[in-house]
Amino acid sequence: MFHTAAAEIGLGRQILRALHLDLPLLGGIILLLSLGFVVLYSASGENMDMLHRQGVRVALAFGVLMLLAQIPHHHLRQWSPWVYLVGVVLLILVMFFGEVGKGAQRWLDLGLFRFQPSEFMKLAVPMMVAWYFADRPLPPRLRELMVAGVVVAIPAALIAQQPDLGTALLVTGAGLLVIFLAGIRWRVLLGLGVLALSAAPLLWHFMQDYQRRRVLTLLNPESDPLGAGYHIIQSKIAIGSGGLYGKGWLNGTQSQLEFLPERSTDFIFAVYAEEFGLLGVLLLLALYLFVILRGLAIAVRAQDTYARLLAGSLSLTFFIYVFVNTGMVIGLLPVVGVPLPLFSYGGTSLVTLMAAFGILMSINSHRRLLAR
Amino acid sequence: MPARQPLKNHHQEKRLFLARVVILVVVVALLFGILSARLGHLQVASYSHFSTLSQNNRVRLEALPPPRGLIFDRNGVVLAENRPAYQLEITPEQVEDMEDTLERLAQVVNLEEMHIERFRRMLRGKRPFQAVPLKLNLSDEELANFAVNRHRFPGVDVEARVARHYPQGASLAHVLGYVGRIDERELARIDTRRYAGTSHIGKLGVERYYEDELHGQVGFQKVEVNAQGRTLRVLEREPATPGRDLVLSLDVRLQRAAEEILDGYAGAIVAMDPRNGEVLAMVSMPSFDPNLFVHGIPRSVFQELRTHRRQPLFNRALSGQYPPGSTLKPVVGLAGLEHGITTAERIMYTRGYYTLPNDSRRYRDWRYHGAVDLDRAIAQSSDVYFYDLGHKMGIDRMSEFLGLFGLGQRTGIDSTGERQGLLPTREWKRATHNQPWYPGETLITAIGQGYMLTTPLQLASVTSTLAMRGERVRPHLLRGRIQGEGGELTIDESQYLPPVQVSRPEFWDQVLVPMENTMHRPRGTAYNTAGRDAAYRIAGKTGTSQVFGLGEDEEYDEEQLALHLHDHALFIGYAPAEDPRIAVAVIVEHGGSGGRVAAPMARKLMDYYLLEMDS
Repeated sequence: MFHTAAAEIGLGRQILRALHLDLPLLGGIILLLSLGFVVLYSASGENMDMLHRQGVRVALAFGVLMLLAQIPHHHLRQWSPWVYLVGVVLLILVMFFGEVGKGAQRWLDLGLFRFQPSEFMKLAVPMMVAWYFADRPLPPRLRELMVAGVVVAIPAALIAQQPDLGTALLVTGAGLLVIFLAGIRWRVLLGLGVLALSAAPLLWHFMQDYQRRRVLTLLNPESDPLGAGYHIIQSKIAIGSGGLYGKGWLNGTQSQLEFLPERSTDFIFAVYAEEFGLLGVLLLLALYLFVILRGLAIAVRAQDTYARLLAGSLSLTFFIYVFVNTGMVIGLLPVVGVPLPLFSYGGTSLVTLMAAFGILMSINSHRRLLAR
Repeated sequence: MPARQPLKNHHQEKRLFLARVVILVVVVALLFGILSARLGHLQVASYSHFSTLSQNNRVRLEALPPPRGLIFDRNGVVLAENRPAYQLEITPEQVEDMEDTLERLAQVVNLEEMHIERFRRMLRGKRPFQAVPLKLNLSDEELANFAVNRHRFPGVDVEARVARHYPQGASLAHVLGYVGRIDERELARIDTRRYAGTSHIGKLGVERYYEDELHGQVGFQKVEVNAQGRTLRVLEREPATPGRDLVLSLDVRLQRAAEEILDGYAGAIVAMDPRNGEVLAMVSMPSFDPNLFVHGIPRSVFQELRTHRRQPLFNRALSGQYPPGSTLKPVVGLAGLEHGITTAERIMYTRGYYTLPNDSRRYRDWRYHGAVDLDRAIAQSSDVYFYDLGHKMGIDRMSEFLGLFGLGQRTGIDSTGERQGLLPTREWKRATHNQPWYPGETLITAIGQGYMLTTPLQLASVTSTLAMRGERVRPHLLRGRIQGEGGELTIDESQYLPPVQVSRPEFWDQVLVPMENTMHRPRGTAYNTAGRDAAYRIAGKTGTSQVFGLGEDEEYDEEQLALHLHDHALFIGYAPAEDPRIAVAVIVEHGGSGGRVAAPMARKLMDYYLLEMDS
C-alpha cells in the first residue's frame, strides 16, 4: 500500500517534471483561479454565461502557460530583442491604426482576434532589459543604466499616451524591477528618486484630465460622490460593511444590488471583501504572497543572470498587480485600471499573467535540466 | 577605442541579486502589512460606520401619501371625492424612438404643445426606467382610443392615479375651493414630512380651511432598492391614516336651486339656518369649474377667468363688500327704539327729502311717503324717517349698536377669504381719512349707504340674529365629521356668540312685524313681487344700494346709466316668520331694485326649501 502510494506520488512528480510544471506555483495559481470563479459567480449576479466565457479564457491562458513552460529559457533570451522590437513596432502601429475603446487607443484588430500590444510589453520589456544585463558585469554602470532606462521608457511612453496609465505603470514597474535586481547602486537610485520627485509637477502637467481627477478624488473622494468618487466610496462601503466574517457568499448587498461599479472586473476585490470579510481577505493576500514568494524562490535558484532577473521581475510585477489593484479598491491609491490578477473578469491580462508563470516554470524546470 | 569588457563575477552577482530580493521581500511584506492594516481598519474599526452606509444605500424610505378626506353635503351627497385620473406615461428606456412615438401618440390622444414641453422638461433628471407623465387627465374617449392602439406604443402606459374631483363642478367652487399643486409658498409653510408623497393641497375654501383634517397622516414603507433606485421588495410598512371625511351643512339641492335662481346675474345668495348657524346654501355667481385647477389649469384658461368682466373667481358671498342699503333699516330702527329716540307709535310727517339745520343740502328720499310710523318706515322703506332717526341718534350710538350684530367684523365662518365689511365710526374716519365725521354722513349711514359695507354672509348672519331675536350664532359650513370604525357622524357643536340684548323684548316685534308687513301688506316693498301669495309668513327687507352717487337734484334713471353703474338689488329675510327655519341674504350686482329683483329670488328659494324640499 505504502509502496504504491509513494510510487503514485513519484509518478505524479514525474509527469509534472515532464511537463516542466512547478507544483507549488501551479497549486497557488489553481487555488487563486478557483476562488476567483467562486467570487465571479457572485459578482456577475450568478451569470453562467460570464463564467463560461471566463472558463474558456482560463483554458486558453493555461495553454499559453504550458507552451511557454516547454520552451527552454535560453531560447527566450535569444529571442528577447526581437520580441521587444516587434512589440514596439506594434505599439507604434496601434498609435496609427488602433481601435479606440473607453477613450483610449489600445487595441489592434487582427481579424481573428483583437490584440493589445501594450499587454505584450509587460513581458517583452523585462525580457529585453534582462537580456541587456545578462552578459554585462553587474552592478551596471551609469551608461548601461541609461540604455536600460531608454529601453523601458520608449514602450512606457507609447502606452501612457494611449492613454493607459495602468499598463504603463506595470510595464515600467517590470522594467525598473529588472534594473533594481541587477544591482543598481543605491546612490544612483537615490539620485533618480530625487529626480523623479522633482519631475512630478511635470508629470502632472502631462496627465490627462481624467487622470488628474482620479488623483484628486483619491485625496478626497467625498468631493465628487456621484462622479469619480463614487467608485471609491461605494467600494469602501462594500469592504467596510463586510466586517470580520463577511456577509456571506452571494449576500453582499453592495455588489448584489449593483451599488458597486465594475464589480466583476477592477473592483472584484471589494465584492470578495464584502462577502468573505477580513478573514477571507487575509487568506487571499496570503495566497498571493505565497505565489510571489514561490516565484522569487525560483528566481533565486535560477542559474544565469537572464533567468534570475526575468523571474524576479515577473514575480514582483505580479505583486505590483495585487498591490495596485487592492490599494485602489480600498482607497489607498488612485483608480488606475489594473485588474486583480487571476480574479478579475477578462482575458487580456490573464493570458499575460499565465504566460509569465509559464516562463517562471520554464526557468525552474530547465535549471534542473541544465544542471544535469 | 574598444570598451573594456570586465569579467562577470557570477558568485558576487548572485549574492547581489539575493540581497536585492531580500530587500524586495521586505518591501513586499511591508506593503502587504499596510494593505492588511488598512483592511483591518475598514472592516473592523470602521465596520459599524460602513455597515450603516451600506444599509442606507440599500434601504429607502418611501412615503405612502394618505387618501384625502371626502366631503359630503348634509344628505350624504358627495361634493369632493378622490377618483382615478388616468394619465399617460412614458418609460424612456422602453421607447426606441421618442420623437416618432410622440408624433404617433398625437394622432391617438389630444396632445398640446404644453404637454410635450412639460414632458421634455420632466424627462431630464429622471432615470430611464422611471415613467414620466405626458398627459395628466385623459378623457374617456382618449382612454379608449389609446387602449385600442396600445400595442403600437411600447413603453407608453396609462397609469391610474388618485386625483381630487368635484362632481358638483361650478356649483360649489366658491364653497369648497379646490386643491392644487403645492407651490413654493406653501412648501415653506407646511411640514414637508407630513406632505411627503403628496402633490396637492387645499388652496381655498373648505379644502383649505380643513386642510389639516382632510389631509390625514402620511405613512411610510421601507423598501430595498438597487443602485438604479429600482424597488426590489418592501421590508417594513407603516400605513397612512386617511384624511377625515367631512359633512357640510350645505344642501346640494338648495345650492343648485339658488344657483339657478341667480343664473345670469352677478351676485350672491347665502341661506342659513338661523337656529344653529348652519349655512344651507352659499352661492356666488358667476362661478368656475374647480376641477380645472386640480390638474393644472392651462394659462390661457386661467387668464380668461382672471380677466373676465364678471370676475368668476371672486367669491362674492364672503369677499364681496356691498353697501347694505335699506336692508339695514330694521337694525337701525331697533337701535332707535333701544336708545329711546323713537317709538313704535311715533308718527313723522315726511317730505320727499330731509335737511339738516343750517344746511341747505337736501337728503332725498326714493319717494314721497307722507306720514310714517316705524312700521311704515320699514315696510315701505322711508329714507327720511331713518335720516331723522340717524341724525338724532348720532354716529357713535348707531355704530356701537350695529356692531352688536357683528357688522364690521368677520363672522368667523370656516372658510377662507372672508372680508370684514366696514362699519364706519368717528375714529375710523379720523384714522383713515384724517377728517372729522360730518353729520350728513350719519344720515346716509342710517340708510346703509355711504361708507357702510357688508358682505352677503354678514347680512345673512344679521338676518339670523333678527329672526332669533338677538340670539347670535357663528355661521359655519361644517356640520360634522365622520369618525371611528363604524363611520358615525359626529355633529360639530354650533358656536353661540354674545346675544344682542334690548331693554324691552317688544322692541323686537316692533321691527320684525314691519318686516313681515314688507312682504304681506299691500304697500310693503316686496308685497307685489314676493310676499303676496306666499303660503307661509316671511319677514324681509328690501334694499337698493347706490353704486353711483347722484347729485341732489338728479333722478336715477336706469336706462340712461351704464349697467355697471346700476344699483345693487338686495334682500334679507327669514321664514316662516313665527318659527324661522331659514334666513336668506340676496345681493344682485347692478340688479336694480331690491324689491323687484332680489326679493322674488329669496321667495323662490324659501318656497323650494320650505315647500318642495321637505315634501
